[in-house]
Amino acid sequence: MLKKILTFYSEGFRKMTWGRRLWGIILIKLFIMFAILRLFFFPDFLKRDFDSDEERADYVLEQLTNP
Amino acid sequence: MLESIDMSLVDWSRGQFALTAMFHWIFVPLTLGLSFIVAFMHTIYVRTGDEEWKKITKFWMKLFGINFAIGVATGIILEFEFGTNWSNYSWFVGDIFGAPLAIEGILAFFMESTFIAIMFFGWNKVSKRFHLTASWLTAFGANLSAVWILVANAWMQHPVGTVFNPETARNEMTSFWDVIFSEVAVNKFLHTISSSFLLASIFVIGVSAWFLLRKREILFAKRSTLIASVFGVITAIATIATGDTSARIVAREQPMKFAAMEALYEGQTHAPLVAIGAMRTDTTRLPNPRQDFIFKIEIPNALSYMVFLTPSGFIPGITDLVYGNEDEGFMSYEERIERGAVAIQTLKDLKKARDRGDDSTYEALVEKFHDPIWIDQYYQHFGYGYYKGRELKELIPNVKLNFYSFHVMVILGGHFLIFTIVALWLSLKNRWGNHKWLLWVALITIPMPWISSQAGWVLAELGRQPWVVYELMPTIAAVTRLKPGAVQLTFWIFLLTFTVLFIAEIRIMLSQIKKGPGGK
Repeated sequence: MLKKILTFYSEGFRKMTWGRRLWGIILIKLFIMFAILRLFFFPDFLKRDFDSDEERADYVLEQLTNP
Repeated sequence: MLESIDMSLVDWSRGQFALTAMFHWIFVPLTLGLSFIVAFMHTIYVRTGDEEWKKITKFWMKLFGINFAIGVATGIILEFEFGTNWSNYSWFVGDIFGAPLAIEGILAFFMESTFIAIMFFGWNKVSKRFHLTASWLTAFGANLSAVWILVANAWMQHPVGTVFNPETARNEMTSFWDVIFSEVAVNKFLHTISSSFLLASIFVIGVSAWFLLRKREILFAKRSTLIASVFGVITAIATIATGDTSARIVAREQPMKFAAMEALYEGQTHAPLVAIGAMRTDTTRLPNPRQDFIFKIEIPNALSYMVFLTPSGFIPGITDLVYGNEDEGFMSYEERIERGAVAIQTLKDLKKARDRGDDSTYEALVEKFHDPIWIDQYYQHFGYGYYKGRELKELIPNVKLNFYSFHVMVILGGHFLIFTIVALWLSLKNRWGNHKWLLWVALITIPMPWISSQAGWVLAELGRQPWVVYELMPTIAAVTRLKPGAVQLTFWIFLLTFTVLFIAEIRIMLSQIKKGPGGK
């Protein structure tokens, strides 16, 4: 069953002549998004700078009440 | 409060989010609409066995695939931005946003990715019925995943079914059903989906018109037009009907947006609807400039009638909302700012009490946030408290932009209804394609639903400014205190990346269209 599914997908991609360029674009796009933007430019600020939810809550409370 | 915030940080963060969302929205509506049109064409092929319908289905499926592939995951960038640029907001909204987005992610991954593969690769590999089922499930999956993000957006416009927990500074869901079945959420979904179907219909009619103009693939083009124009007429009517309901909801829940989109400064009964108009800024009123009309054509009583179904209904103007109107029951913004400031101070006192270990004061203050009377009197105005000491005009959205967005959307909506009716009528009479000028109109109309759809979102999002979460959290409190330069840098990176992707989409689409339904 698993082999059938894998063959189905691999044959599909192989025969997709018009989709080659498209797949290239998709892979470049995903690389830019996840390997560059996510890693270097878009960290989750609260997750990165605080260890626990209590600390995060405390920080946001501070921001909301003492901006 | 917030006197020290760098407004360029807020503006760049908003600009970056707007850029990402608007770019994402180039692809989404076509995916939503075209998936159903393809599924319908596929059904006709399976039922008739006619090879021409197979050719038609495969061609539009290919264009759907290109659009889906280039657009897929562009929405994830918005989630990056929530965590980086809007961390206060992300924390404040808590599970309200997290739960719908998680459901969306799971649905999108399992339903769309699985069934799209079967839809594309399944020709002659799986049974006809199973293949057709995959096409329908792809369409339903795409539209179902749109439900969740629209529910989340609706909650920001009209926060219901939740309670604010002052101990964690987060909103907690009290009723999942109130959140997903709020009137705003249901209507937002119906309006967005119907307008997306309409957009896809016009795309199909327009591309088919190009084949007719080139005298290529006549049967393919005429059949495609017939299906798309049936979809188009039904969804144009549905879009106008849900748009009408939406206006009534906005008038009730977001009266400032409603006043701004009609540039109505002084409230009145028998309020007219501005059909078309042009505006200029009246600088003689500085520091509180107004937008005045250079000219306008009005429909008498129509605005009051649209909201209350009677011309005697009172529509509040911007002045009534800012300065209050006791007779009509509108509290002034000054009063709301004072009440909001009390709510913020209460939260501040609560935090101080906790920090110094004063449990009795802490418990008493927490209790206030669970008291319905206190919530009604103070917490409901929480967001206004951030404007203490700031200018009142910051609480007024951009009137000119709202006015033009609303009117562009409505005028184009009227054009789409007439256009699709004409296309359907002539298709049924087998006369579509006889008038060259109509085919040119179809071709020129292709980008218009994108303009209309984007204008609708501009109205929805700019009209509710300055709020991220309506009346509870303004953009100035939601933003992460980053260096504006860092946000500017990512703004330009996005602009460049998106422009390249957009050009790639157009080029691949055009090359596949030129090859036609017979092309590889």
